[in-house]
Amino acid sequence: MIDGADTAWLMISSVLVLMMTLPALGLFYAGLVQAKNVLSVLVQCLAIACVVSLAWFVVGYSEAFSGTGPVLGDLKALLLQNVGRNAVHPGARVPETVYIMFQMTFAIITPGLIVGAYVERIRFGAVILFSLLWLLIVYDPVAHWVWGGGWLAAYGVMDFAGGIVVHVTAGTSAVVIAAMIGSRDGFPREVRPPHAPWMVMIGGCFLWVGWFGFNAGSAIKSGADAGMTMLATHLAASAATLTWMAIERVKFGKPSVVGAVTGSVAGLATITPASGYVGPLGAVVLGFAASCLCFAAVAAVKRKFKIDDALDVLGVHGVGGAFGSIALPLAAGIGTGGAALSHATGQQLAVQLLGVVSVAIWSALATAAIVKFVALTAGLRVAREAETQGLDFTAHGEVGYHVAG
Amino acid sequence: MKFIIAIIQPHRLDAVREALLQQGIEGMTVSEVRGYGRQKGHKEIYRGAEYRISFVPKLKIEVAVAAERSEAVVNVIRDAARSGNIGDGKIFVFDLETATRIRTGETGVDAL
Repeated sequence: MIDGADTAWLMISSVLVLMMTLPALGLFYAGLVQAKNVLSVLVQCLAIACVVSLAWFVVGYSEAFSGTGPVLGDLKALLLQNVGRNAVHPGARVPETVYIMFQMTFAIITPGLIVGAYVERIRFGAVILFSLLWLLIVYDPVAHWVWGGGWLAAYGVMDFAGGIVVHVTAGTSAVVIAAMIGSRDGFPREVRPPHAPWMVMIGGCFLWVGWFGFNAGSAIKSGADAGMTMLATHLAASAATLTWMAIERVKFGKPSVVGAVTGSVAGLATITPASGYVGPLGAVVLGFAASCLCFAAVAAVKRKFKIDDALDVLGVHGVGGAFGSIALPLAAGIGTGGAALSHATGQQLAVQLLGVVSVAIWSALATAAIVKFVALTAGLRVAREAETQGLDFTAHGEVGYHVAG
Repeated sequence: MKFIIAIIQPHRLDAVREALLQQGIEGMTVSEVRGYGRQKGHKEIYRGAEYRISFVPKLKIEVAVAAERSEAVVNVIRDAARSGNIGDGKIFVFDLETATRIRTGETGVDAL
């Protein structure tokens, strides 16, 4: 039985989540790079969206959401040939087509997030090949484990909208590819600052709004759960934004635009896995903790481990998503409005930890192998000269800004 | 004739323009430039990381004047552009050989 309201909400959510990549994530990242690489980041996001969409149609959806084997889906939905016009998604009241579309937008943004790790130095062909392989080898299996009835689902791992499936996979993979491709020329002392903080702001705000589809859409129905999820998402983002600004005000004397928006995204990534299970108070507490933790994590990756995860994918998304996933059993019990856990709190905590750690390990190992393969085939990194000149012109033949005339 | 080049803080431009106008100087060319002197650039902080900006934004003002007005104009720019902080800029004065107004073909001081 197809329900009109559920279907409408899931279609709107699909639109919102696609907007998170096109253009939100593109703008968010493009503002953080140098002016000579602004276009390369935008087109990387666009290309990833298209490659993932077709791969999702060919085999991705089958891997993740067709059948409930422990490790991988069956291949019955290959080329979506078993999906009829009137098919209903099992266990929901929405058309299969809409569910495919909704989940596709998640599959698009997740490799998109990894762009932040390798910007300003990767070959365009490497972006395409890496993202395709990463989707098939990391994202699709993990989505199946957690959401498609795989082995982590059997353990009762709770991940409402992708703290593990999206943010832990992207975050750990990001730091691996950043380490393997090597730092940008001059890192850390001579790297240029973000060229357009205002663009980071626009992208970040589109992300925020799109995140309502990401989280509240993950209820896969309209109604009470979606409503509380949206409220929790918004409150967490607000608390995290103010917290990041406060930290910067105390540490550096001024609250920056880039910092404030980074706080918003940290809060949103953190609330993601818990968004459907916490009440308003739990959400605010998570948001506050998110910025405290991610602020420290960003500094640790860059300065302590000296890895040029250029736009802090691990520090913001990975750490936020992992923290939200692990803190979920505790946060659900703060105040009223929380949902029931799969297990008792202590046991749920252990299960969540298992989910985060096993997915992080798989993501890191598989990414290392994929990056190695890409390096040997397509080639990973542009020549020093091209890096200095900027990818916009050397890889795409265009320039982002014509200053005069 | 003298040719005066002043490198100033961008936010002092309006003050300099006003002051020069009162001196009867009605033409100038302004360009956005980047550079550093004793100031040695500045630092910006993004996501907790410090970025050293060696070349900071400045404005370059170019004015051509009759030789006898040169000193007064330099003084006016100096006073108007001064904030008292490091990085206020510099003023350079050159001898100007010739000037031509393109529209009329006038030359020398008449062309200024």
